[in-house]
Amino acid sequence: MTAWLFGFLATLALVSALGVILQRNPVHSLMALIVTLLVTAVFFIALGAVTIGFLQAIIYAGAIMVLFLFVIWLLNIQAEEREAGHLALKSFGALAAAALVAELLAIAGRAPAPEAAVKPSPAYGTIATLAAALFSHYLIAFEATSLLLLVAIVGAVALARRMPRRRSTAASPAAASVSATGQDVSAPEVSRRAASA
Amino acid sequence: MFIDLLIGAVKAVVVLLLVLNLTALLLWFERKGSALIQDRVGANRANLLGLGARLGMPNLGLINTLLADPVKLFTKEDFVPDGADRFLHWLAPFLALFPVLVTFAVVPIGDAVTIAGHRIVLQAASLHDDALYVLATIGIGVYGIALGGWASNNRWSLLGGIRASAQMISYELAMGLGVVAVVMTFGTLSLQEICRSQGGVWFGWLPRWGIFVQPVAFLMLLAAGMAESKRVPFDLPEAESELVSGYFTEYSGSKQAVFMMTDFAEVALIAVLLTTFFLGGWQVPYLYRDGFILPGGVHWALSGPAVAILGVISFFIKTLVLCCLQLLVRWTLPRFRYDQLMRFGWKFLVPVGLLNLVATAFVIVLAGH
Repeated sequence: MTAWLFGFLATLALVSALGVILQRNPVHSLMALIVTLLVTAVFFIALGAVTIGFLQAIIYAGAIMVLFLFVIWLLNIQAEEREAGHLALKSFGALAAAALVAELLAIAGRAPAPEAAVKPSPAYGTIATLAAALFSHYLIAFEATSLLLLVAIVGAVALARRMPRRRSTAASPAAASVSATGQDVSAPEVSRRAASA
Repeated sequence: MFIDLLIGAVKAVVVLLLVLNLTALLLWFERKGSALIQDRVGANRANLLGLGARLGMPNLGLINTLLADPVKLFTKEDFVPDGADRFLHWLAPFLALFPVLVTFAVVPIGDAVTIAGHRIVLQAASLHDDALYVLATIGIGVYGIALGGWASNNRWSLLGGIRASAQMISYELAMGLGVVAVVMTFGTLSLQEICRSQGGVWFGWLPRWGIFVQPVAFLMLLAAGMAESKRVPFDLPEAESELVSGYFTEYSGSKQAVFMMTDFAEVALIAVLLTTFFLGGWQVPYLYRDGFILPGGVHWALSGPAVAILGVISFFIKTLVLCCLQLLVRWTLPRFRYDQLMRFGWKFLVPVGLLNLVATAFVIVLAGH
């Protein structure tokens, strides 16, 4: 990656990342976040990690951000009002940010100077190399992760679907009232189940 | 160095112009073709100085839509509804069109040709991971539609935008599974290589096209692609009987034209991708580097440039046939219900795609041993 390309992409990434936190409208923030993710994908591609770069664009920018958009619409989040006050919170945030910057500077100051750039091998970052590593050396970790994701999906579906209405054989008045009103599960019941799950 | 840059720029401009002209052609074909199917006359009012009458036609035919429609749309008032998000409302049509147009960059329209010592690959940009690039750009195409619906401050638009984004990310999955099956079959992500490996014949007469190896993936990609382009029978996002016009209800003039252009560019995109993956791309049956070798053993020698030109022509013929097929489907089938649409995507296409992948993997492993 040439210096001017890095400079251009880094500026774009920083500006869009600032856009994420400085915008008042959540949809505008989301747009800025998509730009940040796409610039990161271009970074990956320019550094030779082509597959990771494209996956970043497909999965993060193309799919997960759509999910974010749905959440913003579903919760009907409006543009943020500018609030006065909360001086204690603001000063605490400023202190924490200053501490983080100091820490980063300290670490960066102690890091050894970079040696000459290492030229990656031609196979570096291709989908074949990645697949060979995933399906041989990291096979167990890969399969365990996919199993975990499957469990998560099944769990989410189980939580989201309506429970089959129980036969009101129980004599409890609560069960009778539930079946009488025709409601499947009351709201506290759902949250209790989610908590116990 | 300079000449390479020039070649790249010329290729990019040529591909862009080809796509834009193809969309205009499709617009004309859609208007006149639908009229033909519905036993109407179709667009026939635009005329220029009575020129059509002098040529013996009631109007100017193709020029009618190529000229009159854009002029009409671009001279209309550009209206932004009250309370709309002005910036996103302005940006959305271009966010929708841009990803579709840039996808054409990796589509090979012909084999490599050598002109004056320069080897030119007839593909605007050759990456090694074209298939991933295609999936990435198609995935990003959702935002223009979704944000166009949201930014208009209109409930019909918002409903259309939500429907569109839900539909597009659902069918992206089926599309991805179809592309993966193709990539497994040919063992490469490069579209140019996929085209190249579809040359030659089986049994002495059957072209080695992808459609004969992966017929299931072809049908899947056709269905998922039509759903991605949001056209009948998958046009729930703009269902005019319920949502006025869906996500572009509040768009007028040139911005609405851009949304319309996106529609047709998507039709063309699906056609070129299907051509590349399944119909041999620029391959002509029985045509090799030095000429035709017909099944009977007849040899007909052709020069290199002639072969290259025939390849490009064959690519466009296949593309046009697939475009026409999609337009015919649009004017033939009724619209799905939304639950049918979701059930078809998730409970039919995705399982079939997964089974197809497993079957493909089995065949590849068995053939390898």
